[in-house]
Amino acid sequence: MDLKDKLLSSFLAFEDSVDLDHPVHEVRSEAIKTFEAKGFPSKKEEAWKYTSLNNLQKVDFSIFPKAENTLEYRDIKKYFLHEIDTYKIVFIDGVYSSYLSETTHDGVDVCLMSSALTKPQYKPVIDVYFNKVASKDESLTTLNTAFSREGAYIYIPKNKVPKKPIQILHLATGNEAALMLQPRNLIIAEENAELQVIERHQSLTGNEVFTNSVTEIFAAKDAIVDYYKVQNDANTASLVDNTYISQKDNSVVRVHTFSFGGKLTRNNLNFYQNGERIDSTLKGVTILGEKQHVDHHTLVHHANPNCESHQDYKGIFGERSTGVFNGKIIVDKIAQKTNAFQQNNNILISDKATINTKPQLEIFADDVKCSHGCTIGQLDEEALFYLRSRGIPKKEASALLMYAFANNVLESVRIPELKARINKIIANKLGVRVGFEL
Amino acid sequence: MLEIKNLHASVEDKKILKGINLQVNAGEVHAIMGPNGSGKSTLASVIAGKEEFEIKKGTITLEGEDLEELAPEERAHKGIFLSFQYPVEIPGVSVTNFMKTAINESRKARGLEDMPANQMLKLIREKSSMLEIDRKFLSRSLNEGFSGGEKKRNEIFQMAMMEPKLAILDETDSGLDIDALRIVANGVNKLRGKDNAIIVITHYQRLLEYIVPDFVHVLHDGKIVKSGSKDLALELEEKGYDWIKQEATV
Repeated sequence: MDLKDKLLSSFLAFEDSVDLDHPVHEVRSEAIKTFEAKGFPSKKEEAWKYTSLNNLQKVDFSIFPKAENTLEYRDIKKYFLHEIDTYKIVFIDGVYSSYLSETTHDGVDVCLMSSALTKPQYKPVIDVYFNKVASKDESLTTLNTAFSREGAYIYIPKNKVPKKPIQILHLATGNEAALMLQPRNLIIAEENAELQVIERHQSLTGNEVFTNSVTEIFAAKDAIVDYYKVQNDANTASLVDNTYISQKDNSVVRVHTFSFGGKLTRNNLNFYQNGERIDSTLKGVTILGEKQHVDHHTLVHHANPNCESHQDYKGIFGERSTGVFNGKIIVDKIAQKTNAFQQNNNILISDKATINTKPQLEIFADDVKCSHGCTIGQLDEEALFYLRSRGIPKKEASALLMYAFANNVLESVRIPELKARINKIIANKLGVRVGFEL
Repeated sequence: MLEIKNLHASVEDKKILKGINLQVNAGEVHAIMGPNGSGKSTLASVIAGKEEFEIKKGTITLEGEDLEELAPEERAHKGIFLSFQYPVEIPGVSVTNFMKTAINESRKARGLEDMPANQMLKLIREKSSMLEIDRKFLSRSLNEGFSGGEKKRNEIFQMAMMEPKLAILDETDSGLDIDALRIVANGVNKLRGKDNAIIVITHYQRLLEYIVPDFVHVLHDGKIVKSGSKDLALELEEKGYDWIKQEATV
């Protein structure tokens, strides 16, 4: 049985475990129908030209873990940003782990999607926000919607700021030979609220994991959301991350995506500007080796006047890795005075590595500033010689240049400990000791 | 200290150095002058180990050790320093962090621990004030947006930090106004000592008024065609290079 059939038949079993009378179930039922009609995307579709899910569909994934698993904190501590105090929402094989988590209802809600989708007190919020910005026809999103049951639920009321950043950590134990996970996150920052989220997916063994994640983020008027995605997973883990962001007047949403690990990673990052004077920032650092594959598909939809978007993705590709960047910017006719910037710079450090980069601008307004640029190059030999002539060995000199190359993306990380952690991961990835503070 | 014997070097099969002989002893300052395209910068790059140049014939030794097989960083660890004619801009790396990395990597190569942070800071302060470099300048990205003069002053700052045995100054005077020239020359002169040597590559005699050489060599068409005392530089200033070229062809 292929994965699609397996998922469709699993949906019946899934229905036994959820409240069929809850209005959300209507949404799920609609979604499974759409997925049934569409199936997995194929390389024939323009948006999936460079990323194939064929091999994943051949794997016999467990759709639900058979047993509940536990982990000791000391064994997984390193996957947390443990240097600072944070709220934590932790899942083991898709199941919430209360003893590894630290949630709160103290003025803000940092808790679980499973509660939000079942408990009556959350229903008003769910009615307004659930599946309201996520696509209703993109097949993997509808697949996630159909199986939506668990994930992070974060609600920050008007004028509130949580006491500390929030970490969402998805762990896969490898107790299943192959496991498919479909977390569903809903994050709402009401008027003038502020929050910081760090999200990470981590497989702990060499067993195959396929995560199809959907996150909806709503930033109301004057809200500020910083979202950091740390993708440094095992090389048997694949991730499709679908993130949908809706912004209102004066809000600021910044998403940083750090892609260093995993076998196949596809990021669908979609910003919808539903107000004026909005600032949307999308930044990414991708450093790949072996046969890793990362595909960044971004969309910024400027639907109102006087808004800005800033996009900056840096990629370093070694060995036989492949990268894709497809950045789409739509500026509606009404969206005058839009400032939209897009940069995608890549360095190939191996002649077997590949990058496909494509800016896609659809501009219907006439009084806008839009710029885009993409570059593909190699390390500057002159710069390398300059550094080496000062006694810095070739490997370290290359690493220093790559650090410098990625640095302006790291500059805007607002949690210093996270920035330090990312620096450390980069140093490990480049095989040098940590010594460069940039 | 440095001995170059019958050195022939090419880039992409183009012969640039065609039999250089040069001996530089500890405590000496040598000036290398010559018209454009005579091979001055190539000689500097070959000594520093730039890989695009291929040594076809001859040897370069530093304190008796053959340099040919050594990487640029290994030569730096042995005490060779090249002040670049065109220092490379490296956005995202601050002058301070660059210097820290360079010094600690060199220490590591010599089996030493990292220099303690306070000692490093002291050293940076001392050397930057000697070259009248503003502290703010040190946190800027390496050479990025620096004026010509700032770049050169930064090169000499790096040299002062690294305290090389053999310093090669490749047209350090170009882009410097007279005040900056004096500051830079002063910095270089402080490094002069009986244990180290300096090679000054320049077009003009101006710099040599401040950094007074023991020997002056004229490079033409990849060969040293004339050597003499500091008076040779004055003669060149007065007469130009044509008479040397003629002498060389005859």
